[in-house]
Amino acid sequence: MRILAYGVAGWLILAGAYGMVRSRNLVHVTVCLSVAQSGTYVLLLAIGYQWGAPAPVFSPGSPIKLPVVDSVVQSLAFTDIVVSATVTALLLALAIQIHKTHRTLDPDELQSLKG
Amino acid sequence: MLPAAIALPLLAGALLLAVGRHLPRLLADSAALLIAAAVAVLTGLVAIEATGGRLVTWAGTWRPVGIVLVADPLGAGLACLAALLTCCAMLYSRRYLEDAGTHFHVLMLLFLGGMTGFALTGDLFNMFVFFELMGAVAYALTGMRIEEPGSVQGAFNFAVINSLGAYLTLAGIALLYARTGELGMPQAGVALAGHRADATVVAAFVFVAAGLLVKAAVAPMHFWLADAHAVAPAPVCMLLSGVMVELGLYGVLRVYQVVFAGTIPQAVVTRAWVVLGLLTALVGSLMCAGQRHLKRLLAYSTIAHGGLFLAAAGLGAAGPIAGVALGVAGHAGAKGALFGVCGLLLDRHHSVDEGELHGRGGGWREPSCWLFLAAGLLLTGLPPFGPGLGKVVAEEGAWWLPAVSLLVSSITGGAVLRAGLRVFLGWGRRLPPPRPDQTYGGDESPETEEPLPRTPKSMLAALALLLAGSAAAGVTPRLAEWAGRGAAMFLDRGDYLRQALTGAAGHPPATVPEVGWTTSGVLLGLLATAGALAVAALQLRAGEAGVSEPGPLRRLHLGHIGDYVAWLFAGVATLAVLIGSSLI
Repeated sequence: MRILAYGVAGWLILAGAYGMVRSRNLVHVTVCLSVAQSGTYVLLLAIGYQWGAPAPVFSPGSPIKLPVVDSVVQSLAFTDIVVSATVTALLLALAIQIHKTHRTLDPDELQSLKG
Repeated sequence: MLPAAIALPLLAGALLLAVGRHLPRLLADSAALLIAAAVAVLTGLVAIEATGGRLVTWAGTWRPVGIVLVADPLGAGLACLAALLTCCAMLYSRRYLEDAGTHFHVLMLLFLGGMTGFALTGDLFNMFVFFELMGAVAYALTGMRIEEPGSVQGAFNFAVINSLGAYLTLAGIALLYARTGELGMPQAGVALAGHRADATVVAAFVFVAAGLLVKAAVAPMHFWLADAHAVAPAPVCMLLSGVMVELGLYGVLRVYQVVFAGTIPQAVVTRAWVVLGLLTALVGSLMCAGQRHLKRLLAYSTIAHGGLFLAAAGLGAAGPIAGVALGVAGHAGAKGALFGVCGLLLDRHHSVDEGELHGRGGGWREPSCWLFLAAGLLLTGLPPFGPGLGKVVAEEGAWWLPAVSLLVSSITGGAVLRAGLRVFLGWGRRLPPPRPDQTYGGDESPETEEPLPRTPKSMLAALALLLAGSAAAGVTPRLAEWAGRGAAMFLDRGDYLRQALTGAAGHPPATVPEVGWTTSGVLLGLLATAGALAVAALQLRAGEAGVSEPGPLRRLHLGHIGDYVAWLFAGVATLAVLIGSSLI
């Protein structure tokens, strides 16, 4: 099962990248970037996951040797989500401005930077 | 002291955001300038103190599970350089971007906080967070002029490519954590030491390095840089070109040295850095020579220099690294001054197109003419100044380095001088209007609210300070000595691990490279300057043919985001082959 999770993570990153390469719309590019990033969430969570282990919440009675899932990777994924929200918001704002100034969102038709 | 250098600009930025609306502009300017100056002093003191041994701080004193900050002379020195450049940029932008209000100040302070944190941290995930902070703020700063078509497109490309690189870095960090159970660089380094480099370790290294190399604009992941630099406001370009790109290089070398040097042999990574560095230097130089958009020209010169720095520092010897450290300091000042003059031209003539500006720069009487030409000469490596000393010292690493460095300095320096002579003095043939497949630098709106009748003194002072700093880096023996010590300490892996993990006192490095001018060095520097003058003369005579880059290469740089993503993955694959082929 773990292999499957790693495979899904890799597939998400590559699928997102492929979507960006073939994209005809900058909003679509932004969403593809989020898809690629979801690959990193899956990777992080898969690394810390244990079958049958509960969340790492301890109470005075819980056994000391209790196996739990790794909370470090979960907080990494959480930080990652915050970062992604910021970047996505910024990218969408830029996409709106690009549409205002260029009257298009198709990367093939954006001509202000070249050479 | 270390947390203060990171927290001060971040807190000040947050505070300014809260109260900025009610502050008069002058007060906000002074506050931002003061904070940046305080960070410069603080990190400068740290850098000097660190020459006697690294400064280590465990956040919350949670050794060894917390987050560690480690300052060595090169890391703290880079943080100091970032703060000094921010000071100059704030001084320069007194009359800039007035409609953005204090948001500009807030972003600049957050940018500084991100850069200081990135340079001082000893924890991989912490590094990623500062990397992203630095990135997100830089995207916003690049796209500040939201009414400009080029500006928003450049910022979009910059943001997508750098974010994608950052996510690859995060994937690499995750793999490293899976393998070692550590996020701290010294802890992970200890856990990996002596183990065979298996597929997981190699993949972790390649992914972590990929994001940092994107930031360092290493070919073929460099495309975003020219777009971003061509459209960002001039004071932002100073920081992007002068220190952010170099921080990417620093990150790559630091992560390898602390985490992976125990498993992946130096020879293997050296091969990768030299191949990628030379490719970058070649692409950057060729594209630089053919640009007529002044800011793009400077951007490609930065790419070429970055490649040279990577190839030299990647050798993993103390001498070249000391040279690169000095070179980075010298380059930052000279390039910052050049971008500043471009901002002045844009303000006055609404254009940064070399052909349109032919002879309109103002002639010998204009201070910006002198500033531009002097900065161009510094960039060629003229002795006895900073960029020259850096190149000469770095060149001692390998027999082929002097030749490469000579070519890069002559071509990129020549292009800058050519542009300066044509714009300010009207030398050379007139250029026809740009072809449709070139970026047009004319008809841009200026970055100032209203045209400035005369160049304000604060702007000229900022540019003069940048130039003076760049020149001084070559003639200050103390600085050269610190760079030598810093480079030796940068490579002393055992001492870094011991100091970071046990809090033991640092040992002075056993051998410190000699850093200074030699007869052959002076000759090489003069040769590079002469070469640059020759290139400039040839290009001025050639007219239009002098500003057209090779067609096939130009067709790759189309500002198309899909192409850039494809090239990024091609770069990652190349790196994986270069590193993995001899290990797995």
